[in-house]
Amino acid sequence: MNLMIRNAHLVDPDQEAVIQSDLLIREGKVAAIGKGLPAEKEKIDEIDAKGAHLFPGLIDLHTHFREPGFEAKETILTGAHAALRGGFVASVSMPNTLPPCDHQSVIDNIIRKAKEVPYHIFPSGTISKGREGKELSEMADLKQAGIVAVTDDGDWVSDSLLMRRALEYASMLGLLVMSHCEDKRLSGKGVMNEGFNSTKLGLRGIPSASEDVAVARDIELAKYTGARLHICHLSTRRSVELVRRAKAEKIAVTAEVTPHHLAFSDEALEGYNTNFKMNPPLRTQEDVIALRQALKEGVIDCVSTDHAPHTDEEKMLEFDDAPFGVTGLETALPVLLTELYHGAKWPLKLIAHVTSKRPAKILGLGPEFGGIRKNVTANLTLVNLDEMWTVSREHTVSKSRNSCFMRQKLKGKILLTVCAGKIWRF
Amino acid sequence: MTELQWKRKDLLGLRELDKEEIGLILKTAKAFQEISLRPIKKVPALRGITVGNLFFEPSTRTRISFELAEKRLSADTINITASSSSVVKGENLKDTARNIEALKVNLIVMRHPASGAPHRLAHHLKAGVVNAGDGINEHPTQALLDMFTILEKKPRLDGLKVSFVGDILHSRVTRSNIWGLTKMGAQVTVCGPKTLLPAEVERLGVRATTKLEDAVKDADVINLLRIQLERQNESFFPSIREYATAYQINRKILEKAKPDVLIMHPGPVNRGIEITSEVVDGPFSVILDQVTHGLAVRMAVLYLLSGNMREGQEAELKESLIS
Repeated sequence: MNLMIRNAHLVDPDQEAVIQSDLLIREGKVAAIGKGLPAEKEKIDEIDAKGAHLFPGLIDLHTHFREPGFEAKETILTGAHAALRGGFVASVSMPNTLPPCDHQSVIDNIIRKAKEVPYHIFPSGTISKGREGKELSEMADLKQAGIVAVTDDGDWVSDSLLMRRALEYASMLGLLVMSHCEDKRLSGKGVMNEGFNSTKLGLRGIPSASEDVAVARDIELAKYTGARLHICHLSTRRSVELVRRAKAEKIAVTAEVTPHHLAFSDEALEGYNTNFKMNPPLRTQEDVIALRQALKEGVIDCVSTDHAPHTDEEKMLEFDDAPFGVTGLETALPVLLTELYHGAKWPLKLIAHVTSKRPAKILGLGPEFGGIRKNVTANLTLVNLDEMWTVSREHTVSKSRNSCFMRQKLKGKILLTVCAGKIWRF
Repeated sequence: MTELQWKRKDLLGLRELDKEEIGLILKTAKAFQEISLRPIKKVPALRGITVGNLFFEPSTRTRISFELAEKRLSADTINITASSSSVVKGENLKDTARNIEALKVNLIVMRHPASGAPHRLAHHLKAGVVNAGDGINEHPTQALLDMFTILEKKPRLDGLKVSFVGDILHSRVTRSNIWGLTKMGAQVTVCGPKTLLPAEVERLGVRATTKLEDAVKDADVINLLRIQLERQNESFFPSIREYATAYQINRKILEKAKPDVLIMHPGPVNRGIEITSEVVDGPFSVILDQVTHGLAVRMAVLYLLSGNMREGQEAELKESLIS
């Protein structure tokens, strides 16, 4: 619980410049920040972090822990360890569990388990009972049990009336409504983005319109009701434009994008590798460019992993039959560093904004999250920006190995995560 | 000049083949064509080679054609179909591959409802894999036999105008033909209602039209696709009746075609829907020739893919005789 970090570069989103400094963690709290801090009286662990960068701990608005119900894919414990390994300090857990998070008892159970792991889990509940899109869940009850947001996750609320009511009711309770925008009728039996590459590979396509029409409707309902709306994992340039326009009109909308949608286009599906099957699907190169630009400009607020573990057995099925989803917690920051910092020369501060400060703001978290601040519980991530490593099955901490970055080289490695004042050295 | 050698372990699609490889298959098929005209229709080319026919989707024509081709080459065959074994949709392909490997099968002929399934199987398998149709992706031997059939009637593929009419979106036959024909220099047109044309299909180097007349006029070959009733339920078109009104090949529309046009169909034919009986049985039709040529083409493919194995076997045999 005590650690002196010497000579780290602090990537503090609240500060103009990245400065080299020491940082003292005493009893789990950031006790001092400054150059050449005096040694502590009692002997404490000290590391020389010269050349390494200290980020505010990462916050993921979109994690599938799979517990209860799908413990073969992931558990709260294994997911938490994967998150810590990836430099994360907090996650919003997704409610598509079995049973789904539509009842207080399920949330009670998740919160009880979350307390046993050294990680912050903020559960979300479902919008509708059984995620069936028919009747509202008992949101006030769920809120009392501890949820921070509501979402039907993979099942968009296609009933516009129910979505209107959900926005009104949830906003009354101060709950964030998160929407996986997808018109399933338009997606049909599609397994990848519809376009030249689906034509080339002979796979059924998911049109970009299946996201765009859903984003458009939800934005209109957010405007009409005045409720706050968070749009999950944007993947198309058109939905980026819709969010851009909504923000210009001061509609209370925020949005996220995943690392894989920033890194890959649908050309990656060549070879029919099911680790590139996810929903929303990888889109075209033009979409990737638009997503990056939107994230840079703040039209997209933050990066979320949509960490969606599946077993080898499930992912070994044929492309049409394998489930959608890829893991992301352990690779998110290294991917952003590889693609955006090393690859596109983004300032490091911007990466701290999109991975920590903005998600903290969206959730309304306290000062111990989203920055490097004194006298608060330490939630920090120390990174070597230049260390190359190869993603491998052997070194995966998550219970599942369905990463689309498997066997790829990434530049940037997490050395240490401090979560709730507890120190994890890797 | 050295003779082109077949180097691939698998035939997964025409997408990855080059012009020379396609030419080699067609040339080899020509040599095998004669065998089926003999009174004794059997050669020992694949003796000692085991071929597994793995059909995860119902098929009569393609399966029978492959089986007969294997028999005429004296291969040992085993048939595994989805209904007759524990093989069900969603079985782990790696397990399937391991089982086949354990049986020391040399070649796999595979039909599967999921696009890319044979590609994944081939990846896990030392045995050669022939794609006998995967989902809506490819059906390479069908496209090869279509090209072979054309070449029996026309001097060359280069510059030839070939049209495909019907459900292009879900057609593995068309997709394989597009890859093959464009490589051989043919000009391909695809025709069907807008709802059944794949996204950005023109980028494959073909012309797309929704008007049947555009596909018929000037065409040297018209290849028709079977229209499936269930597409009506998925709102791809309002009714079979309306589809037939707009896209049926009948004597009237053929008045606008070239006098030496060839009419092809991969079968089974819906008489009176995508094509009228009088055209099926008429002078332009080469539909039964396609079936006959399928045999020669599949014999050629199996022969070429077993080439490395045969050489290996002969060497082994020699060695065991010497020692």
